[in-house]
Amino acid sequence: MLQIFSSVMDGLLIGLVYGLAAIGLTLIFGVMDVVNLAHGSIIALGMFFLYLFFGAGLHPYLSLVPVAILGFFFGVIVYLIAVKRIISGPPLMSLLSTFSVSMIIIGIGTALWSTSPYNINFKVETYNILGYTVTSARLIAAVAAVLVTFGLYFFLYRTVLGKAVRAVANNREAAELMGIPSQQILAISFGIGTMLAMLSGALIATLFPFTILSGGVYELKSFVASVLGGLGNPTGALLGGIILGLIEGSVAPFIQISWTNVIEFVIFVLILLFFPTGLFGGRK
Amino acid sequence: MKKGWLLLLLVGILGIAQAQTVKIGLTVSKTGKYNVESVNQLNGIKLWQQWINGQGGIPVGGKKYKVELKYYDDESKAERVQQLYSRLISQDKVDFLISPYSSGLTAKAAIISEQYGKVMVATGAASDSIFKLGYENVYQIYTPASRYLTSTVDMLKAADPSLKKIAVVYEDSKFAKAVATSAREYAKKAGFDVVLFEGYPKSTTDFGPIINKIKASGAQALVGGGHYADGATFARQLFEQKVPLKMIALLVAPASDEFAELGDAAFGVVAPSQWEPLVKYQQTCGPSPAQFTEMYQKAYGKVPAYRAAGGFAAGLILQKAMMEAGSIDSAKVRAALDKMDLTIFFGKIKFSTDPKSHGLQLGHEMVQIQWQKKDGKLVKEIVWPTNAKTSDLIYPIR
Repeated sequence: MLQIFSSVMDGLLIGLVYGLAAIGLTLIFGVMDVVNLAHGSIIALGMFFLYLFFGAGLHPYLSLVPVAILGFFFGVIVYLIAVKRIISGPPLMSLLSTFSVSMIIIGIGTALWSTSPYNINFKVETYNILGYTVTSARLIAAVAAVLVTFGLYFFLYRTVLGKAVRAVANNREAAELMGIPSQQILAISFGIGTMLAMLSGALIATLFPFTILSGGVYELKSFVASVLGGLGNPTGALLGGIILGLIEGSVAPFIQISWTNVIEFVIFVLILLFFPTGLFGGRK
Repeated sequence: MKKGWLLLLLVGILGIAQAQTVKIGLTVSKTGKYNVESVNQLNGIKLWQQWINGQGGIPVGGKKYKVELKYYDDESKAERVQQLYSRLISQDKVDFLISPYSSGLTAKAAIISEQYGKVMVATGAASDSIFKLGYENVYQIYTPASRYLTSTVDMLKAADPSLKKIAVVYEDSKFAKAVATSAREYAKKAGFDVVLFEGYPKSTTDFGPIINKIKASGAQALVGGGHYADGATFARQLFEQKVPLKMIALLVAPASDEFAELGDAAFGVVAPSQWEPLVKYQQTCGPSPAQFTEMYQKAYGKVPAYRAAGGFAAGLILQKAMMEAGSIDSAKVRAALDKMDLTIFFGKIKFSTDPKSHGLQLGHEMVQIQWQKKDGKLVKEIVWPTNAKTSDLIYPIR
C-alpha cells in the first residue's frame, strides 16, 4: 500500500515538471502552428545554463531567474533567425528549420561539454512523511512548475500583451487588422515557450544527472503530454504531464520497469484513436 | 680505429644472429570506441616486453628469447580483427597471440587462433561464452562475468551470516544482465532469499520507481548496477531516499575515481574490480603489485588501471608457460598453460581444463573495493579477498 502511495506521489511530482515542459511546446504550437523540434535540445540547454550559473556560485533555485531570462531571449533570437521567414510556409519547412536548430545546439553542446553526464551537486533535504520519503528537490521542482504555470495564466488572461498573444493564436489576420503587431507577438510567444522549456530543463537538472542529449527523452514526454491534453491547450498539457507521471508511477509496482514505456505508449495510441483532439480538447 | 669499429659491427651481427626472438602478435584499438581501454592494455603489454627484454629475454631451455611485439590497429572493429589476426599468423609468422581488448573483439580473434591452432592469451575479455565453444587454444586472464558479483555474495555472507534478503537490480545490457543472473543463482545457492530481481533501461535517470520496489521488497542488501552513469545516479538516489540497506554493491561505477564526487552518497558503496594497485597478493613469480605499479608510473607517469595490469599479466603468463614448457612449441606451451596454477601480482591464475569450458579463468578472483573515509576524505580501500585487503569492510553502512 505504502509502495503504491509512494509511486503515485513520485509520479505526480515529476509529472508536474513534465507538464511544464509540455506547456512550452504546446504554447508555440498553439500560437503559430509550429511543431518545435528544437524543444528537446532547448530543455537540455536549460540544464546546462543552470549548471553554468550554479558553477559560478549561484544557488540552483536562484539560478532559475537568469535561466528564464536567458531562455526568453534565446527563444526570440531563434524565432527571428530560424522561424520568422518560414512561418507562413508549408509545415515541413518549420519542422526542418527547428530540427536544424536542434542539431546546432546539440553540436555546439557536444563540443563544449561532450556527451558525458553532469550533476548539480547541492544539499538536498530528505523528509519522511508516514513512511513516504521525499526529497526537498522534488517538492521544490513540483511547486516551481505550478508557480510558473500560474504566472503564465496570469500573463495570458490578465495582461494586455497576454491578451494579444491569445488574439494572434485565435486568428492572426483579424488580430493584425485590430492593430496588433503580430510579428512581435509571435517572437514573444516563441520566447516564452522556449523559456518554459528551459525552466523545466533546469528543474529536471536539480533532480537527475543530464547530458546534452538528455533532452530527447523529455521532448518525447512533452509530445505525449501535449497530445494527451490536446495540442495547443496549456492546461491540457499540464494535466497531460501529470497523467504521464502518474502512469509511470502507478504501473511501476506491478510490472518490470523496462515495460513502463510500452504501457505509456499503448495508452498514448489508444487516446489518439478514441480522443483525437486529446482528453481536454484542442487549442483554446 | 677503423678496425675497432669493424670488430664491433661483427660482434653485433653475430650477437643478433645468436639472440633468439619470440614473436607475439595482437591488435590494438588505437582508434574507435575502445581506444582508451585498449591503449592502456597495450601499455601494460609493452611494459612487460621492456621488463623481460631488460633481463636479456625469456629463459627457455637454456637459451634466452627476446620478445618482439607485432601489432596493428583494429579500429575497434570486428572485421578488422579477423583480417589482422589471419595476417599476423600467416604473413608475420608470430609464435603466440594476445587478444584485442573487449569480449566482442576477442571472440572474433579466438575463431582465427583456433583455426590456425595458435595459443592466444585473452585479456580485457570477461565474457564466459567464448570459453563455452570447445576452443583449445584460448586462455582467459580476467575473472569471467559469471563470477563478477559472486565474491561479493561470499563477502556479504562472511560479514553477516544472519542476513537473508537481498535485491539484485541491474542495467538492461548484455553484460550486466549476465552478471546479475549468475549472481542471483549463486546467492540462492548460498542460502540468500533474492526478494527482488529486476532490470532498468539503459538511459534511466529517475530510479524512484526502482527504489520504491526495493523498499517494498524489504531487501537488506543490494547487488547489481551496470555502467558508470547509471551506477553513480543509482547510488546517489539510494542515499537521498535513505534506503535502509546494509550493503550496496554496484558494478563498474564505484571502481572509478570520479565516484568520489558523489560525496556522502559514495560512502560505503562496494564494487568488484579485476585488480587494484593496492592489492597485497604474495606473488610466486614476476614483480609484486607494488613493483609493477612503480614501474608503470615511471614509464607512463600515471597509476595503472586494471586493464594495464591485465596486459602485463597476459605477457607474464605466456612467458611463464614458455619457461615451464622449455620450448616455444605451441603444443608444449599449451600443456604448460593447462597445468598452470600460480599467483602473480594480478592474482591467482588457473585455467579450466574441462573440454566444455577449456581456458576459462578459474583461479582469479575479483577484489572488492569499498569507499571509506580517512581523515574526512573518501578513499577506495580493498576489503576482499582477505589475502589482498587493505582495510576491513565497513558493515552495515546504514
